[in-house]
Amino acid sequence: MPDAVAKVPVKVKVNGKLHSIDVEPRLLLVEMLREQLDLTGTHVGCDTTYCGACTVLMNGAAVKSCTMFAVQADGAEITTVEGLEKDGQLHPIQKAFGDAYGLQCGYCTPGLMLSTLQLLSKNPQPDEKDMRKAIAGNTCRCTGYQNVLKAMQFAAQNMKGA
Amino acid sequence: MLSELGDDAKLLAGGQSLIPLMKLRFANPAHLVDLNFIFGTSYIKEDAGALRFGPLTRHAEIENSATVAQVPILHDCAAGIADVQVRNRGTIGGSLAEADPSGDWAVVLSTLATQVRCLGRNGERTVDFKDFIHDAYTTSLAHDELVSEIAVKIPPKESGGAYLAFKRAAPVYPTASAAVQLTMDGNVCREAAIALGCVGLTAIKAREAEAALRGQPISEKTLSTVAEAARAAADPQSDMRGSADYKRTLVSALVRRAVDIAVRRARGEHVEVSHLYA
Repeated sequence: MPDAVAKVPVKVKVNGKLHSIDVEPRLLLVEMLREQLDLTGTHVGCDTTYCGACTVLMNGAAVKSCTMFAVQADGAEITTVEGLEKDGQLHPIQKAFGDAYGLQCGYCTPGLMLSTLQLLSKNPQPDEKDMRKAIAGNTCRCTGYQNVLKAMQFAAQNMKGA
Repeated sequence: MLSELGDDAKLLAGGQSLIPLMKLRFANPAHLVDLNFIFGTSYIKEDAGALRFGPLTRHAEIENSATVAQVPILHDCAAGIADVQVRNRGTIGGSLAEADPSGDWAVVLSTLATQVRCLGRNGERTVDFKDFIHDAYTTSLAHDELVSEIAVKIPPKESGGAYLAFKRAAPVYPTASAAVQLTMDGNVCREAAIALGCVGLTAIKAREAEAALRGQPISEKTLSTVAEAARAAADPQSDMRGSADYKRTLVSALVRRAVDIAVRRARGEHVEVSHLYA
């Protein structure tokens, strides 16, 4: 076994709240979010950079949090699924996924919603091709994606003028 | 720093290949030096007829760059690598230094006049891209060197190119890929560069396929000869992505299609292509 490694201080803003945490340098971002900040909405699906269940936004860009070290998020702003809801109100994207039945088991849903958020923040009126491209890195094994695409369309409508 | 830390140290760029390799314990570095906090390593500049890329320029930045759009083959590549999340992190310099046999950039850059600047303790040197990658995961970088810039000469106006990669799903490496850059003189091909990806330990320059195009009018007969030559140049292995025979057939079909798109682009036609997957 390798010797215990000195922890490194990390300052990171998660869902608007600043955290100062000491982490092992080898700790993955998703592990910091889940284990140390108790934000278990970000899921670990494959742990191989394939499935996208661990997708979060870092400074507005979708990233796979299982393929980044926590120390690399030092100074960054992270948005997880827990950051979508505001004052007890579902985010328009969350509402759309419910309204369109864009989920079944829900395991992939946090990742899909954050990929949708990156897309809509850069392209508020995406066509189907844009939407398919935006979620190509998010694997869903229940829905067949049709209702996910419908949900993304609803979300774009919900967010118009927002 | 690398010379101080010794052989067990590795550089971390976008981490989209290295971190998965570490999880599988294929890579087990004692030290990782994260380059992401170094200011000024991510840029795209046009200068003296060339595009210059900072080593940590993300695939997504290249995909969305209006400057890069004038060389469509570069956009084809950047826009199709893996998925949005990986393109937001992965870097062009990291991809080249990693030299994965299935990487996309090496295939495309082999068809363009590309130079790689390498920076080490003893200063900087420039390497022609054709001499940069030696073998799978092996480059001409010394242990204490890193890629400091990638410069790509902008092809002439009457030139067109295309990069096509076929993959089973977005996040995985392609099964096979083909890059084609042609300079045309009316319907006659004046200069041709063709490279094949994922069908050998490095990107393969299909020299006989190039020769079959050079000086020839674009006709069905020429295309068949080129596709056949590309099939012969491929050196694939059977694996979970497909049998060697399947990959040869696939890569020759990709070359034929990429030649067609390259010719149309050389004429000034706008053709949108990217990686193909279900």
